[in-house]
Amino acid sequence: MNFLAEIKEAVVISLNSIRANKVRSFLATLGIVIGIMTVTILQTAIEGINRAFEKSISAVGADVLYVQKFEWFGKEDWSVYRNRRDIDWQQFEYALDNISSAESVCPTVGSGATVTYQDFVSENMPVFGTTDEYQKTLGLEVAEGRFFTKRESDGGWGVCVIGYDIKDAFFQSVDPIGKVIQIDGHNFKVIGTYDKMGSMLGLFSLDNRVIIPIKSFFKIFGTKRSLTINIKATSVDALEDTKEEVRSVMKRARKIPITGKEDFGINQQEAFKQTYESLTALIKTIGTAITLLSLIVGSIGIANIMFVSVKERTKEIGIRKAIGAKRSTILLQFLIEAVTICLVGGTLGLLIAFPVSLVIDAFLLPTVMPLWVIVVALVISAIAGIVAGFFPAWSASKLDPVDALRYE
Amino acid sequence: MEEIIKTKDVVKLYVMGVEELYALKGITITIHKNEYVAIMGPSGSGKSTLMNIIGCLDTPTSGYYELNGQSVSEMDDNELAIARNKEIGFVFQTFNLLPRSNALHNVELPLIYAGISKSKRIEQAEDALVKVGLQDRMHHKPNELSGGQRQRVAIARALVNNPSIILADEPTGNLDSKTGDEIMELFDHLHSQGNTIILVTHEDFIAEHAHRVIKLRDGLIESDKITDKGDNHTKSKSTEILTNN
Repeated sequence: MNFLAEIKEAVVISLNSIRANKVRSFLATLGIVIGIMTVTILQTAIEGINRAFEKSISAVGADVLYVQKFEWFGKEDWSVYRNRRDIDWQQFEYALDNISSAESVCPTVGSGATVTYQDFVSENMPVFGTTDEYQKTLGLEVAEGRFFTKRESDGGWGVCVIGYDIKDAFFQSVDPIGKVIQIDGHNFKVIGTYDKMGSMLGLFSLDNRVIIPIKSFFKIFGTKRSLTINIKATSVDALEDTKEEVRSVMKRARKIPITGKEDFGINQQEAFKQTYESLTALIKTIGTAITLLSLIVGSIGIANIMFVSVKERTKEIGIRKAIGAKRSTILLQFLIEAVTICLVGGTLGLLIAFPVSLVIDAFLLPTVMPLWVIVVALVISAIAGIVAGFFPAWSASKLDPVDALRYE
Repeated sequence: MEEIIKTKDVVKLYVMGVEELYALKGITITIHKNEYVAIMGPSGSGKSTLMNIIGCLDTPTSGYYELNGQSVSEMDDNELAIARNKEIGFVFQTFNLLPRSNALHNVELPLIYAGISKSKRIEQAEDALVKVGLQDRMHHKPNELSGGQRQRVAIARALVNNPSIILADEPTGNLDSKTGDEIMELFDHLHSQGNTIILVTHEDFIAEHAHRVIKLRDGLIESDKITDKGDNHTKSKSTEILTNN
C-alpha cells in the first residue's frame, strides 16, 4: 500500500514535470524515440519477411531432396554447372530402382508453353511433367478433382492438373474438371486443380503451373531436358541418411567412381534457410547496432536532462525530505521520472513505427507487428530509463536536506 | 508533563578546509509537551543549526538528543526521515510549498510518505486545512494564494500528521505585519489546543507570543526564561537552565 502510493505519487510528479517542460522532455527523449522506432520497424520487417519466407519455403518441403544438375546457391561458376551432363530418364529409373530408404521418388521436368482454352490464351506458362508419385513426394494438395494415376502417368495420357491462377483466369464461373485445354496445341483434359500456394520467396508464382504426365511431356517437348529427381525421405531426421544413399546411387547412375567428384547437386530446403539466415543475421546485426547506438545516445540525453532536473528541483527535494521522504523515496521518484520520459519516447517511437511499417508493407516488404515487439520495445525503453536515471536519482537521494532546503 | 525534547551537551562542528567552526558548543535543554518556546538569537548564534538538529534534518557532532523517547543522535538517514515525518511539523519562512501541487495535495504529502490510505489522507488533509481556515482554498495552487494563505497551508501540512512538535522558522518573516499577526494568532490557538510549538526568530514581538524564551549567543545558551505569559499558563514546568562553558 505504502509502496504503491509512493509509486503513484512519483508517476504524478513525473507527468507534471514532463508537462511543465514539454519541449525539453521531448528533445531529451528523441534518441529513445529514434531507437525504438528503428528497432520496431526493423523487427516488424524481419518478422514479416520471416513469415513470408516460412510460408513460401514450405512448398520446398523440409524432408525432400532435389537431385539436379545445379546446386542451389552454388559457389562455382555458372558454366561449370551448365556444362554438366543432363540427368536423363535412365538415371531416374536407376535411382527409382536403387534408392531403398526413400518414402517416394518422382521426376520433374519443366518448360514454358502456350496454354489456351477456348478464347483464352496464356503464353509462356510453366508446364511440368512428372509421375503419379508427385503428389506424395511433394505434398500437393488437390482442391478439386484428382491427381493422375499410375496408368495415366505410364501411358502418357492427355490429362492435366492446373494451379489456382489458371483456374481463376480460364474458368471463372465454370467447373474446370473435364474441360479440355491445349498445351502448345496438344489437347489435355483437366482432371484436377490444386490449392493456392502463393509464390516462391516472392519471386515466381507456384499457382500458374500445369502438371502433366512426364511421358506426355516428352511427347510435346522431347527428352532433351535435364530432369530433377525429387526424393522424399521417411522423415526429416532420416534426411541425412537418405542423402548419403542418394549420393552413392547417383554416382553409380552417372558412372562416376565412388571416390570421384560428383557432378550433380543434392539440394534441400536447408540451403534456402542457410542463405536466408545469413542474410537476415546481417540485417539484424546492423539494425541492432543502430538501435543500440541511438539508445545509448538517447540514454545520455535522458541522464543529462535528469541531472538538470535534479539541480533545478533541489529545493523541492529538500522540502520533500523535510516532511519525511526517505532516500529511497527520492531515488524512486527520479527513477520513475526517467522511466516515464523514456516510456513516452518509446510509445512515440511505436506510434511512428506503426504507420511506417504499414507503408513498407504496402510498397516494399511484408511487415508484421506482433505484440511481443511492442512489449520488448517498451521494456527496452524502461531499461534505458532506469540506466539513464540511476545516477541522477542517486545524487538526488543523497542530497543533504539542510543544504537542499537552503538552495535557491 | 511529558518530556518531548531532551538534549545534552549537543555540539555541532563544521569543518571547512582547515577551518573549524563550532556552530553549537554544548546545548542542554528540555522541552515538555504543550510548551510554547521561542528560540532567539542574532544571526550566527547557532539558532538555525539547533533548529535543524531538533528538526532531525541534521545530527549533532557530539552530545545526546532524545525526541519523544527516541534517541535521535543514533538514527540513520532512514530513521531520521521517519522521525521528520511522524514527529516534526515544519513551518518555514519561505513557506516551501510544492508550486505545482494544490493546497490539498501539499498537505496530503506527509501522509503519503507515512503510508496512509488515500481516503484517510484526504480526510485528514481536509481537516487540517479547515483548522487553519482554508476550507475554501483547498484546490488552489500556491501561486493562486496570498502569502498568509500559503503560510496557513504550510501550517496545515505541519499539523496533518499530528506531530510531537511544530517547528517554525521565522514563520512571519516574509509576511506583512497584519498577516504576521494573524499567523501568530493561529500559532497561539494551536498551542491552546495542546500542540507543542517551537518558534525560531530574531524578532522580539514574535517571541512575545511564546511562554518560554531561549536565547542563544555564539553557540551557547545565554538565557532560558519563562515569560509572564508562561507564568500565568505554566503548570509547574521544570525548566532547566543550564549553560555550558
